[in-house]
Amino acid sequence: MKPYLPIVFVVALLAIVPFVTTSNVVLNFLVTTLLIALAGQGWNLLGGYGGQYSFGHAAFFGTAAYATAILQVRYGVNAWLGLVAGILAGALVGAAIGVLCFRSGLRGSYFSLVTLAFAEVLRIISSVAPITGAGVGTLIKLDLRPEAFQFQSRVPFYWIILALVALSLVAVRATENSRFGAYLVAIRENEDAASALGINTFAVKLAAMTISAAITSAAGCFYAQYFLFIDAAIAYGPRISIDALLAPIVGGAGTLFGSLFGALAIKSLGEATKLVAGDAPGLDLVVYGLLLIAVVGFLPRGMAGLMAAVVPRGFRTALPAERDHA
Amino acid sequence: MPEPMLIVDSVSRRFGGLLAVDKVSLQINPGQITALIGPNGAGKTTLFSIISGFLPPDEGRIVYDRIDVTAEPPYKLARRGIARTFQLVQPFPGLTVRENIAIGAHLWQRSRAAALKLADQVARSVGLGAQCEAPAATLTVAGSKRLELARALAIAPRLLLLDEVLAGLNPSEIRDMVPVIRALTGTGMTILMTEHVMQAVMSLAEQIFVIAEGRVIARGTPADVAADQRVIEAYLGRGAAHRTAAGNAHA
Repeated sequence: MKPYLPIVFVVALLAIVPFVTTSNVVLNFLVTTLLIALAGQGWNLLGGYGGQYSFGHAAFFGTAAYATAILQVRYGVNAWLGLVAGILAGALVGAAIGVLCFRSGLRGSYFSLVTLAFAEVLRIISSVAPITGAGVGTLIKLDLRPEAFQFQSRVPFYWIILALVALSLVAVRATENSRFGAYLVAIRENEDAASALGINTFAVKLAAMTISAAITSAAGCFYAQYFLFIDAAIAYGPRISIDALLAPIVGGAGTLFGSLFGALAIKSLGEATKLVAGDAPGLDLVVYGLLLIAVVGFLPRGMAGLMAAVVPRGFRTALPAERDHA
Repeated sequence: MPEPMLIVDSVSRRFGGLLAVDKVSLQINPGQITALIGPNGAGKTTLFSIISGFLPPDEGRIVYDRIDVTAEPPYKLARRGIARTFQLVQPFPGLTVRENIAIGAHLWQRSRAAALKLADQVARSVGLGAQCEAPAATLTVAGSKRLELARALAIAPRLLLLDEVLAGLNPSEIRDMVPVIRALTGTGMTILMTEHVMQAVMSLAEQIFVIAEGRVIARGTPADVAADQRVIEAYLGRGAAHRTAAGNAHA
């Protein structure tokens, strides 16, 4: 139980928010932040722990979002079933891209570029294919009933996304303490040495990619339900791929809370930029770019690394940086 | 004569125009230390990579325990009980010494706690007990070599392939390491080692294969090999055997 206490603490802290304020602005901010934290946690498992830097997690996010939306709109499937189907569809795409990339031995930046290419191809296909609504996108009909995974208030959405984030934190912590997790980190650190020690690196990377895709897919499904609209640019555009990798890298790739803390940081920064500079389109992306350069240049281990450096050792055991060795 | 544990049967490997390994055949007997020696560029490391599955041979077969394992991937060979170390050490730099060794221990131990415990034992057996918590990146050369050995031992191999595990060590570190290697055969392990440090090879190995320019030029006990004219010439150049003999006659 002890390894899970920090998760209980952080989730409990976030769970208090709706009792303190029901302001739509605050809740909306937190829901979108947790959405990115969830998408980023998927990336974190594969990229942070496994060292496989995907630039195309939108492929999973978008597939899941489209799957859940299309199933509801065109086939009348229940939204909750759509959630499950969406996660499965995203995981399947992850497994398929994983087989293609890892079978052909793509490593490092080659893997990154090919994942980016897959997401782009899906974006282009979905912007012309009739089933996705092509350029118009897919609108989920308003049906404000809990059975339809739609709510009048933002509070239930907040609980659901918080629960999904909590689940993803538990899954990642369990991975950290398992043989699978140890093998994943070994592959990140040195793939040849890992295979010499009996690790089937292909199978481990493929499993990580599938689980990673499933987590990011959950975020995609939630997005579709929360905004009730999805189009090619939202689903498969580079924006979500960037958010999914920026959050954990800023927060600390390969650490449990890296994605959550990173998402809070980049979303706060994004909002602050909007306050200062108005709604100039793309300006927040410029700020993200500068942030990424600064983090990679000065804080290669993200906020978790920063904390490990400034927090006295005695306090550190409870913090996400506990597994790191500076 | 017991049946060899590992048979390398006329293995060749070519890199473009260079025939790095040319129809090499070896037999490695169980429970013994066999050494593979030869001058720089003789093809030792290429042969090692072929045996451990990192490079497929162009021709020939590798038979381990009567099973043809030619070109099986490294992880399958590891599961069959073949472990290797790397000449250029390949640690998991961000992990501690204990975590490094635990990766090997996980091959037979699913539980994290059990693997870490076993890692502690293995660390002590190679003299790394005091550095369990140290990040692998901070180890000295001697420490990294011990870590290579410890990680390989953690998969509980029956055949251990040591690629220049003494290279880069100073004489006192070599003196410390030799008994660690010798102690392994006491546990029934079979060892194939490549080595440059002749003194260590002479004292450790029961059987030596000498390769030069990709071919086996001599085999036998350390004493046989040291006296072999072809071996002296391969190391010191043509005519050296003659001059050495002449030098000895004068002395």
